[in-house]
Amino acid sequence: MNEIYMDNNATTKVDEAVFEEMRPYFCGLYGNPSSMHFFGGQVQKKIDEARNRVAALLGASPDEIVFTACGTESDNAAVRSALEIFPDRRHVITTRVEHPAVLTLCRNLSKRGYRVTELNVDGEGRLDLDELRRAVDEDTAIVSAMWANNETGVVFPIEELGAIVKEKGKGTLFHTDAVQAVGKIPLNMATSTVDMLSLSGHKLHAPKGIGVLYLRKGVPFRPFLVGGHQEKNRRAGTENTVGIIALGKACELAARHMEDENTRVKAMRDRLQQELLARIPHARINGGAAERLPNTLSIAFEYVEGEAILMLLSEKGICASSGSACTSGSLEPSHVLRAMGVPFTCAHGSIRFSLSRFNTDQDVDAVIRELPPIIQRLREMSPFGREFLNR
Amino acid sequence: MWDYTDKVREHFLNPRNVGEIQNADAVGEVGSLACGDALKLYIKLDDQKERIVDAKFQTFGCASAIASSSALTEIIKGRTLDEALAVTNQEIADFLGGLPEEKMHCSVMGQEALEVAIAKYRGGPVPAHGHGHAHDETEDQGEIVCKCFGLTDTFLRKVIAANKLTTAEQVTHFTKAGGACGGCIPKIKLLIDEVLGSQPKVEQKKPEKLTNLRKMQLIQETLEKEIRPLLWADGGDLELVDIAGSEVQIAFRKACAGCAASGNTAKFVELKLRDLVADDIVVLEVEG
Repeated sequence: MNEIYMDNNATTKVDEAVFEEMRPYFCGLYGNPSSMHFFGGQVQKKIDEARNRVAALLGASPDEIVFTACGTESDNAAVRSALEIFPDRRHVITTRVEHPAVLTLCRNLSKRGYRVTELNVDGEGRLDLDELRRAVDEDTAIVSAMWANNETGVVFPIEELGAIVKEKGKGTLFHTDAVQAVGKIPLNMATSTVDMLSLSGHKLHAPKGIGVLYLRKGVPFRPFLVGGHQEKNRRAGTENTVGIIALGKACELAARHMEDENTRVKAMRDRLQQELLARIPHARINGGAAERLPNTLSIAFEYVEGEAILMLLSEKGICASSGSACTSGSLEPSHVLRAMGVPFTCAHGSIRFSLSRFNTDQDVDAVIRELPPIIQRLREMSPFGREFLNR
Repeated sequence: MWDYTDKVREHFLNPRNVGEIQNADAVGEVGSLACGDALKLYIKLDDQKERIVDAKFQTFGCASAIASSSALTEIIKGRTLDEALAVTNQEIADFLGGLPEEKMHCSVMGQEALEVAIAKYRGGPVPAHGHGHAHDETEDQGEIVCKCFGLTDTFLRKVIAANKLTTAEQVTHFTKAGGACGGCIPKIKLLIDEVLGSQPKVEQKKPEKLTNLRKMQLIQETLEKEIRPLLWADGGDLELVDIAGSEVQIAFRKACAGCAASGNTAKFVELKLRDLVADDIVVLEVEG
């Protein structure tokens, strides 16, 4: 069965051009970039090139790019570094809708005596800037807020947040998990208030196992992994050379496709949204009134359960994801939807479609064709909502 | 992705006996929208009102909930009511070639619905069970342990015993109890100890005759060492606001603040303080 892949916020296809770029560095050019011989040196040159490419996509300088193993490592490194830089500070600010890479870390910190403020969101997934303004104080070591939400695609006004952190904090560091934003919307670190930023290769058509921590020049930092001198002593461990080279190429391609992402991909997402709303009664968009990533659609269907929808979609070759409890092994719907106060009649029935430049209009047609009968079938099977749905 | 057996997949994709029976002899309804799964079971009996001639279901829930409902109806058709009552949740899971342990609550839900349907038909007391909010007519003899999912001690004891569960995590997988705010996990552990017949935890010695100062110290120590770590484990927290004689004022923080089950948690704090500090302690939840 050919897959219709609309789960690009989970992971993406490695672009063929990215794969070709990394291929020679497995069996042929396998040298260690730190070596003193020509054989390692040529890999070092390629890594420099990759660093330049990543920096170019972010509007950063190459020195500000630290390669890591994944977005989670970058997030952990950023927050932990800030706490080491400010050993006397006990306050950390994040948001209730943050990715577990940050949220779990913060909740663990709160068990160790840190004061953690989790900023609330409204029904559309938006932050209240005044809440941040009230929360930041001289004791705040770091504020970490995601650039765009993985489940809903809702984009936070990062520069406004950063300005508040700089105004109200006392050297308080500002970190953003931009794993979902990089490659989908333009970012420019040259004019940004962000001190540290995390990104992950496999969300933008590079392979899994490579990430970046952007570290603004002059921002104090304590490394998470210590050992060798790699990455200018900011991240020890032999470089993932193939991953770095792949990510460089992926960033170059992302810059080139940014326009496409915000026009053609967005148009496909918008059409999917409109057609599903038109064909399926009692559906609502999570975060629909907020500014969103161009590729993400989180749609909730009343009186059906998400895992059942996903499995029936999967039978048709359609790959999506859900905010339902049952898919994750937890017993409650996603923390993001709960923070947004999504009504319980549909929190269990939320589905996320996340597109990429590899999707086609035919993919969208297939979902528009296959999903309505699935929802109808499950609603007919359900003991709830009969009177409501037939109204 | 869940490692569902082919049989689970098959019963999910082609569920048997979906629908209503208009003039059903017995109907059993368990679960709720808020819980994330629910099952309404319809049973039709033969003319002698002994044997089940037809069974149908309506289910809201995940693939394994739908497959378990389908399996249940297939199992009970042709059985007498007494034979049907002997069906265990394990039998439903076995019929499907097994369920992932995290999904065992789906089989328990099937068994529950069956029990409720037959009890209601026979007019006897409806057995104490979980999933309390779906059917108000139920006379539940138990005491609610898991407030988030409305599960009683009687129900939990029964599932623990029937499936020989030994950890709180297993109880969560089989019943959902403790799977949301987690406030009842200490109580679940006590229930397991009780059912398994093992001794409750070794009695910690209560100091005799406390001075006020010593009492306040002990309350603080107990909160820090015994109680807050339990709440932290679930993302919650509390703060000691004041101590006035035997009255301990606390304020809930983080996940506990605004949690529907915080009343239970306050009760738990009180029991713990009475156990470890003094019998006359009263815990009050205050705004702080």
